[in-house]
Amino acid sequence: MDVSLRAVAPAGLSVLPVLTARRRVQALCALMAAALIGIVLCLQYGVEYIPPVELARILMNPGAAVDSAAGVNPATIVWEVRLPRLLLAYLVGASLAAVGVALQALLRNPLADPYILGISSGAALGAALALKFGLVWAIGGFTAVQLCAVIFAAATIAATYRIAVADGRIPVQSLLLAGVIINAILSALILFLTSLSDSTSAFRLFFWLMGNLATIGYDGLGVLAVIVSVGIGVLCTQGRNLNLLSLGEDPAQGLGLDVEWIKRVIFVTTALLTGVVVAVSGLIGFVGMIVPHAVRMVLGPDHRLLLPASALVGGTFLAVADTVARSLLAPMELPVGVITALCGGPFFIYLLMSHRKEARNEVIG
Amino acid sequence: MLEDCSLDVHDGEILGIIGPNGSGKTSLLKLMAGLLRPQAGQVCLHGSDVATLSPLEMARLVALVPQESQVLFPFTVGELVLMGRFVHQKGWGWESADDLRIARHAMRIMEVDHLAGRTFQALSGGERHRTVIARALAQQTPILLLDEPTAFLDLKHQIEMFGILKALNRERQVTVALVSHDVNLAGQYCDRLLLLHEGKPYRVGSPKDVLTIEHLRVVYGCEVLLDAHPTTGTPRITLPHATARPQLMQS
Repeated sequence: MDVSLRAVAPAGLSVLPVLTARRRVQALCALMAAALIGIVLCLQYGVEYIPPVELARILMNPGAAVDSAAGVNPATIVWEVRLPRLLLAYLVGASLAAVGVALQALLRNPLADPYILGISSGAALGAALALKFGLVWAIGGFTAVQLCAVIFAAATIAATYRIAVADGRIPVQSLLLAGVIINAILSALILFLTSLSDSTSAFRLFFWLMGNLATIGYDGLGVLAVIVSVGIGVLCTQGRNLNLLSLGEDPAQGLGLDVEWIKRVIFVTTALLTGVVVAVSGLIGFVGMIVPHAVRMVLGPDHRLLLPASALVGGTFLAVADTVARSLLAPMELPVGVITALCGGPFFIYLLMSHRKEARNEVIG
Repeated sequence: MLEDCSLDVHDGEILGIIGPNGSGKTSLLKLMAGLLRPQAGQVCLHGSDVATLSPLEMARLVALVPQESQVLFPFTVGELVLMGRFVHQKGWGWESADDLRIARHAMRIMEVDHLAGRTFQALSGGERHRTVIARALAQQTPILLLDEPTAFLDLKHQIEMFGILKALNRERQVTVALVSHDVNLAGQYCDRLLLLHEGKPYRVGSPKDVLTIEHLRVVYGCEVLLDAHPTTGTPRITLPHATARPQLMQS
């Protein structure tokens, strides 16, 4: 990792210790290399270990998977099981981290995550309804559960927006409160549905809510990749605007930012991404909160680097976490949410305590 | 908060806005910066209504230094001052050599260049304030609005602050409007003073006309002593010795 990114320039030099385009490219290339290494490692590990040489041979011959009849064929494992799941994990992790970065700046709240505005609960309610009524149809590689989740997420976005908007403005505090309230109402509805369900569908719903990365094929992955790329791409163009927005609305507007417009762009983009991601993977906690923090600590708060870097790190983190989740107690699979929460929870506590310490120091100093 | 407020700020002057707590000074400044919209009436800038200008157009004309600034994320002084160049950047927003030079210069003027790599949170109150003023200078606007520019500054930096404002005003024809609680400094350096009283302009004019014992008694509700600054001759206000009010201490 490029440690010199935020190095202090000696006094007198006309160099400012700030991010430049060149340093950004260097850092992102390093992270991409790390992501590639992570993916290759994840492809090797699982119930069955695949040595690097054999993995290389398998990746060179995409057609080999079709020949296999039995499930034990390593080529089938790589092409039909591990790779699609890994790509899904990567897309989901990248989206959650990117959304987390954007929402932390928009809401000026370092503890914000993609689920804070209630969109995820909307998606979860949609999924819960589909599971409850046993919808089994599928369109374009997506199951009824996923599509219902997306539709309900969209409805929740509209509702949150409608509640928060006042006089053509969206006060960030109203947005946050609207999100919290919607979250509470929808969670209650999900609990209500669960209480009406028999134990089998209740368990399926519970498992879905914990987050799962297994249920999508290459067709769906293609669609998802396009949506995620567009979403993260839009957020990446907002780097400079997010820098200003994170200073607060008045200072940002004073510096020339069209605050109301940018808030809408960020809200709608992050909400749509969250809805889609939750629909395909359920609620995978902590990725959207700890990754932005960890990356910010190392690379600094400039969103022009922070956002793409967090996306890369978030994707790699979730891919690795999922590999751990399916290998740790193999052949039994842990929900990936358990791994991310076990990594994220302690980090969250550490963060909270160091924040409190800072606040204390400020009072004393 | 403000009513019946009709005011002309002249091109190229330094206007001081004074008045007691809650008299609407900050609101007036925010109205002038376009951050607040008037419920009735309008704020005009070079003949066009502020409400019709985009934030970008506004920020090319007016820079505002708020009373207090909070920065949530660990941005450095250098990064923050460079953000003042936002309005002048094009395309995907990487700073040009010009932007870096201007930001560096603004930091040198405000004596924060040696802090360039420090995070904002690690600074003292005065250093923070100087950083935000440096950012406003980097914005290079013809109009500069400041809310309590000297509130957190030590004596040396108070004098320097007004020296810098004077220099900007004289050499670059920057129009300055500032809110201050320090009536003496305001009277000493401002071309005109606006005295606000309960949300209305009470007096506008030269410091000599505005800073009188009678006006201050009405507006601030207290007696003051008035004489002249020993070298400039501008009005100098001194607070009389307060007598203890023991009845306040009895529960």
